[in-house]
Amino acid sequence: MSILNIKKSSGKTDKIFKIAALASATYVLVIIAMIIVNLTSGSASVWQKEGLNFLTGSDWNAVEGRESYGAAPYIMGTFVTAGIAMAIGLPISFGIAMFLSELAPKILRTPISFLVELLAAVPSVIYGLWGLFVFRDYIQSWIEMPLHNLFGDNVIIFSGTPFGLDILTASIVLAIMIIPTVSSISREIMLAVPNSQREAAYMLGATKWEVFRMAVLPYSKSGLIGATILGLGRAIGETMAVTMLIGNSTGSAAFPQSLFQPGQTMASIMANEFAEASQGGLHLAALIGIGLILFLVAFGINIVAHLLVARMVKSHEGAVLA
Amino acid sequence: MITIEQRAEFRKHFRYNIGRRLIVDKIIKITVLGCVALAVVPLASIMYEVFTNGVAALSVDFLTQVPGAVGSDEIGGIGPAIQGTLALIGLSCLIGVPIGILGGIFLSEYGNNKYGRTVRFFNDVLAEFPTIVIGVFTFVIIVITIGSFSVWAGSFALSIIMLPIIMRTTEESLKLVPVTYREAGYALGIKRSVVVTRIVLTAAKSGLVTGIMLAVARISGETAPLIFTILGSSQFMTGLDGPIDALPLRIWRLSSLPYDSAQTQGWGAAFILIMMIFAINIGVRYVFLRKRGTSMLKFKMFGGVR
Amino acid sequence: MMMETMKTPVANVSSVDKGRYKLVAENIIASYDDIVAVKNISMKFKDKAVTALIGPSGCGKTTFLRCLNRMHELTKNAKVTGKVLLDGEDLYSNAVDPIINRRKIGMVFQKPNPFPTMSIYDNVAAGLKLNGINKKNVIDEIVEGCLKMVYLWDEVKNDLKKPGMSLSGGQQQRLCIARALAIQPEVLLMDEPASALDPIATQKIEEMITELKKEYAIIIVTHNMQQATRVSDYTGFMYLGDLVEFGETKQIFENPRNEITAKYVQGQFG
Repeated sequence: MSILNIKKSSGKTDKIFKIAALASATYVLVIIAMIIVNLTSGSASVWQKEGLNFLTGSDWNAVEGRESYGAAPYIMGTFVTAGIAMAIGLPISFGIAMFLSELAPKILRTPISFLVELLAAVPSVIYGLWGLFVFRDYIQSWIEMPLHNLFGDNVIIFSGTPFGLDILTASIVLAIMIIPTVSSISREIMLAVPNSQREAAYMLGATKWEVFRMAVLPYSKSGLIGATILGLGRAIGETMAVTMLIGNSTGSAAFPQSLFQPGQTMASIMANEFAEASQGGLHLAALIGIGLILFLVAFGINIVAHLLVARMVKSHEGAVLA
Repeated sequence: MITIEQRAEFRKHFRYNIGRRLIVDKIIKITVLGCVALAVVPLASIMYEVFTNGVAALSVDFLTQVPGAVGSDEIGGIGPAIQGTLALIGLSCLIGVPIGILGGIFLSEYGNNKYGRTVRFFNDVLAEFPTIVIGVFTFVIIVITIGSFSVWAGSFALSIIMLPIIMRTTEESLKLVPVTYREAGYALGIKRSVVVTRIVLTAAKSGLVTGIMLAVARISGETAPLIFTILGSSQFMTGLDGPIDALPLRIWRLSSLPYDSAQTQGWGAAFILIMMIFAINIGVRYVFLRKRGTSMLKFKMFGGVR
Repeated sequence: MMMETMKTPVANVSSVDKGRYKLVAENIIASYDDIVAVKNISMKFKDKAVTALIGPSGCGKTTFLRCLNRMHELTKNAKVTGKVLLDGEDLYSNAVDPIINRRKIGMVFQKPNPFPTMSIYDNVAAGLKLNGINKKNVIDEIVEGCLKMVYLWDEVKNDLKKPGMSLSGGQQQRLCIARALAIQPEVLLMDEPASALDPIATQKIEEMITELKKEYAIIIVTHNMQQATRVSDYTGFMYLGDLVEFGETKQIFENPRNEITAKYVQGQFG
C-alpha cells in the first residue's frame, strides 16, 4: 500500500473518532438547551395567562373555569427549607470535616469517613421513608411540642399545633442529607492544606484549634465555599424526602410562617400534583413552569459558585485547591 | 536589634491567657465530636430500621410476585419493581455510557481549549441539576410526544443524570494515564484514535468502571424523574414502550398507603435497594479506588457523593 | 566502604570553654514509627553564638532540632525522652502544656511557609495576637523591630499590607524569620533555612545570622559545610543518630578528632 493511502485511511478514522467524541461532548450542551426550550414551551400557557404574577402570586386553583396559579409560596418554601437545612447542616459538616482532618486518630479516620459516605449513598426516598415512620415522631415529641408549648403563643415560627409533617421536619432531614456532601468535600480540602502551614502555627505556640483557625481555615476558604454551594444546590433540588415530610399544602397557606405548618417546595409540588395534572392543560403548564423556575434557580446558584471560586482562586495564589 | 532586655520587656505584654486558650481548645474538641455523633446516629438509625423492618418482609414471593390488590389479604410482592429497576439500569447504561465515555475522551484528549472549558462547565451544571427537572423535561419531549409512559422515557431521563458523572470520571481517569503512554504510541506510528482507545482507555479501565458503577448506584435510587416518565405499574413489563414499576417509585407509593402490610413491603423494598447501592459503593471503594489510589476528591464530587 | 569501626563519640562533654549555656539538651532519645532517629544525645548550646548541626542525610539532625522546641512530638507515632533545659528550666516537664514552651523558641523551616492569606504585617504579628498582645503600638513596634533585624524593613515598610506571598523566595524566608523572632524567643532554631534559596538570598540570610547572634542563641541545621564554616561558632557532627563530635567550628573542620568526622568534612561521603 502506498504511503499516500496509509495516510488517508488513518486520517479518516481519526477524524471520525474526533467527531464522535466532539458530538458526545456537545450532547451535553444540546440537552441543556433543549431543557430550557422545552420547559419554556411547555409552560407557555401559564406564563401567557398569569404573566409575571406567576412568580409573585399565591393562587392555586385547579377548578376549571377559575384556574389561577402562582408559584410564590413554593419558591419561598424552597428557600426557607434550604436555608434552615444549611443553617443546621453546615456547622455540623464543617465540624465533621475538622474532626476527620485534624483531630481523629488514624484508626478512626477511615471507618468514620466511610460511614459518612454511606450516608451519601442512601437514596432520598429512603430518607423520606425513615423520616415518615421513625424520625418524625422524635422530632414531634422532643423538639416541636416543647417549643410550641413554651413559645407558641408569642413567637410566630413556633405557632400552630405540630403534627410532625411540616417545614421543620423536612428541613432537619434535608440537613442530614447535605451533611455527607459538604463534609466529605470539606474534609478533602482541609487535608490538602500542606503540613508546613500547620507547623508554622504550632511553632508560634498555638493550640490545635488555633492552628486550625490560623493555618487551615484561611487556606481552605475558597474550597469550603465551593462545598457549601454544592450543599445548597442539593438542598434546593432535593425532592423525595421533602415531598414525603413537608405536609403538602398549597396556595397561600403554603407561605412559610411557622416551622410547624405543612409547607411546599417547588420540587415537592411537582411531585405531589403530577398525577392530577398529567392530562394536560393549565395545571400541567403551571407545574412545568415551576420546573423552569427551579431550573433557573439551580442554574443561577451554580454560576455564582463557579464565579466565586474562580475569583478567590485568582486572588490567593498560594491558597488554591486544584 | 532587639536585645535580651527588650525581649523581656515585650514579653511582659503577653497576657497569660494559656488557661483560657486551652479551655477553648477543649470545648471545640468536644463540640466537634458532637458533630460526628450527630451524623453517625441518623445513619445508624436508618440502617437499623431498614434492616430490621425490611428483613421481616423478605421472602421468595416478595421478590417475585406482583403486588396484590390494595387493602386485600394477598399482599403479593415487588417483583415488577425489581424487574423495572434492572431494566432501567440496563437501558440507561446503553444510552449513557457510550456517550459519557466518548464525551470524557473529548474533554481529556481534545478538550484543552475554550470549547472544552465550556463543555466542562455545563457538564458540572448538569451534574447538579435537580433531577425532577430532568424528569419533567423528559415528560415533555418523550411522553407527551409518544403518548405514553414508557421504559424508554425513564431510561432517557436516567441517562441524562448518569451522563455528567461518567463524563467527568472518564476525563479524570484518562488524565491520570501518563503522557508517556500516548507518546510511546505516537512514536510507534499508531494513529490517535487507536492510541486513545487501545492504549489509554485500557490503562484507565478501572477508573472508568468505577465511574460507571457510581453512576449506576446513583440512578438506581432516583425517584423524582421516574414519577414523570414510567408511571409505575402493578404488572411486569409488557414492553419497552409501556409503563413499568421501579424500586424507588414503589417505595414511595407504598409509603403513602395506610396499611401495615404496605409499610412492611416498603421497608422490604428499601432493604433491597439499599443493599444494592451499598454493595456497589463498597465494591467500588475497596476493589477499584484502593488499587489505584486515585484522587477521591474528584470522583466524589461527580460520582460517589451526591 | 564506610564505617568499619565506629569510634566512641568524643562529644558528650563539650570541648569548649565553660561560657554561658542558654540551652542544654540531656539524653534525648527520639523515634517515629519505631525507627530510632536520635539515639541518646546530649548537647549544650551557648548564648549569643551560632551552633551548627551537620551530618549526612538521615543522621537525625533535623529530628534532634525539632526535639528542642517540642515539635517532634507532633509527628505521627513520635516518641521523645530526655530533657531540654532553657535557662535551667526543663521544657519537657509535665507541669506545663507544650504550647507554652514552644513559643519560647522560634523556628524557621526549610521551605519558606508564610501564611498565604495574611499580609506581611499580619504574618509577623501572627504570634503576637495569639499570645494576647492587642495594643496596636506595641505590635507596630515589634513588627518594625523584627523586620529590621531580618533586613526586610526598608524593602517592605511601605507595603506592609501586601500579601506575604507577593515577596520573593528569599524575602519570604526572611519574613518567616521575622515571624519567629516576633514572639520574643531566646533561642532561634533554623532547619536548613537557605537550602531552597538562590546564592544571593543565601548570602543575605547568612549576614543576617551573623548579626542576630549578637543577641540570640542560634542553632542551625545545614547540609552545606561551607555555610557552617561561614556562620557558626560551634559545630556538632551527627551520624546515624549519634553525636560523633562537637567542638569549635574551626577545630571540627581543620582538626577533627574522630575519623568519621574527618571523612565527612573532607567530603568523602555526603
